[in-house]
Amino acid sequence: MKIITGNDLKSGAVTWWDGKGWSLHVNDAVAVEADAAAIIAEEEATRRVTGAYTVDAEQGADGIRPAHIKERIRALGPTVRLDLSLDPSATPDRVL
Amino acid sequence: MYAYDKYDQAMVDARVAEFRDQTRRRIEGSLSEEKFRPLRLQNGLYLQLHAYMLRVAVPYGTLSSAQMHVLGDIADKYDRGYGHFTTRQNIQYNWIKLDETPDILAELAKVEMHAIQTSGNCIRNISSDQYAGASPEELIDPRPYAELMRQWSSFHPEFLALPRKFKICVIASETDRAAMRLHDIGIRIVKNDAGEIGASFYVGGGMGRTPFIAPLLNAFVPLDQLITYAEAALRVYNRYGRRDNKYKARIKILVHELGLEEYKRQVEEEFAHLQSQDIEPPLAELERIKAHFADPAFEAGLSDDLDLSNPGFARWVRANTAPHKVPGYAIATISLKPAGGIPGDASADQIREMAALAKAYSLDELRVTHAQNIVLPHVKKADLFALWQRLDAAGLATANLDAITDIIACPGLDYCSLANARSIPLAQKISSRFTDNGKEEALGELKLKISGCINACGHHHAGHIGILGVDRKGVENYQLLLGGSEGADTSLGQITGPGFSEDGVVDAIDRVTDLYLNQREEGERFLDTYRRLGMAPFKEVIYG
Repeated sequence: MKIITGNDLKSGAVTWWDGKGWSLHVNDAVAVEADAAAIIAEEEATRRVTGAYTVDAEQGADGIRPAHIKERIRALGPTVRLDLSLDPSATPDRVL
Repeated sequence: MYAYDKYDQAMVDARVAEFRDQTRRRIEGSLSEEKFRPLRLQNGLYLQLHAYMLRVAVPYGTLSSAQMHVLGDIADKYDRGYGHFTTRQNIQYNWIKLDETPDILAELAKVEMHAIQTSGNCIRNISSDQYAGASPEELIDPRPYAELMRQWSSFHPEFLALPRKFKICVIASETDRAAMRLHDIGIRIVKNDAGEIGASFYVGGGMGRTPFIAPLLNAFVPLDQLITYAEAALRVYNRYGRRDNKYKARIKILVHELGLEEYKRQVEEEFAHLQSQDIEPPLAELERIKAHFADPAFEAGLSDDLDLSNPGFARWVRANTAPHKVPGYAIATISLKPAGGIPGDASADQIREMAALAKAYSLDELRVTHAQNIVLPHVKKADLFALWQRLDAAGLATANLDAITDIIACPGLDYCSLANARSIPLAQKISSRFTDNGKEEALGELKLKISGCINACGHHHAGHIGILGVDRKGVENYQLLLGGSEGADTSLGQITGPGFSEDGVVDAIDRVTDLYLNQREEGERFLDTYRRLGMAPFKEVIYG
């Protein structure tokens, strides 16, 4: 599936389109299809997000995870400072 | 060290006000991201993997303790309690908020700092030797000339939209501690046969996807023509550098494609023209700058004796201190590479402690090195033990300068949106492996450098052992290079062969270093043994 990600304009935090707004948690992301471009255009125009784009993702045992390692690290935090991530109990193996 | 005059301060204050207004307009919606992006980049604000990242300029790596203290406070107040010292002698913060950035810049401006020209296709922070003004081997202090070039290049209207970014380095020692010949322009201050002081210009060096060692363009430019000659070199590049292809836009490609002789002919022609335009700053301005770099108040008649009965202290002194030009003083390097740690990272408390130590023991000065460490340039030998004890208490007393665990590593895929592979976890594994197996000290000088992509921010081309992270169909893979150097004997590393997994490359380095230990001759560093033996035996132990 494809999901939309971007950054919060003011804080820069990584955010995920949850169907109504933007969540910090990738597990809240919803699948998008042909409507992705319209969602991105509308949301960027309202400045609720900046630099939005779609990424490939999969539903796994731990929830939704982007397909590419770069996006997984974006979603779950730097593997070397998981104490700074949204889930400080995570391990690098779980991120990757 | 240099102190702003009213013009410097007015320029920096005006830029803070300008960026505050631009940020307000972006948040309110009257500026689109497309229009705002180049404006925030001109102020060092990137949008990275997790958040905004702010890169703060540290001109030629020199800081006062007051400035360092503010860098620690910013880490606490606006970031997540730490900062990252970079291979460009700067500091980066990884978790910055856009709406707080103007306040950060205002706090920096109060201590004569800024983030201007730390991004974009302009002349970036001028880099220099971290031992400048302290080393016994330097000809003169290069920093007044680095500062002159900082002033010349700041807001230079002709060079704010170059074909690509531009990096200049100024040193004045035979020993190159600043990777001078891997800059767009590397300047070494030299003395000619007549005993006159001048500047050797090396032009067209760099790393990235197409590494070049800068060739010598002009062996002796009189110092009172330094800016005019640099202007000529930049003008030719600005006129003919490739704007059609960003991968061929650096000056190294222009020099390579034109040929050194033709490039030189054009520079000399431009230089002759510019001499008639009288653009060199007045001597009085240089003298004003020089006055700021007069020696601090060194005490005379101090003893060079040291009590080295404490083994930990003795090892740190042996590894992390260097001779000073004044008897009774030493240059001390604080390693930001603890065993298994993140290269270049320091907590807010550590940053403030280093500021306090500079105030107490180093005549108020610190330097950031391109190897991501911090130097206290002027420490009385009588104070070294007390300094070491406080460093030890702060987790800053690792005795590994230029050892295999003193690793340069870019932020890599953990933080950087350009990276293809992670650098930091690999650095941590190598650091832990070579600390735990006890080989670190036996290996002596062995410079290991890791980049997470071909842009080479981790200087992998110049590592005695270099590692380049690549993306193989979504999986991290690491290429190994051997034989690079950034010193006076600058060379580019050669790839050994097929790449490795993260664990595989650590094992390969273990085997390579075992070969060195078995084959080295008296006094040989790893690099010397590699150069003597060549690649073949190393490939044999790596790939069997």
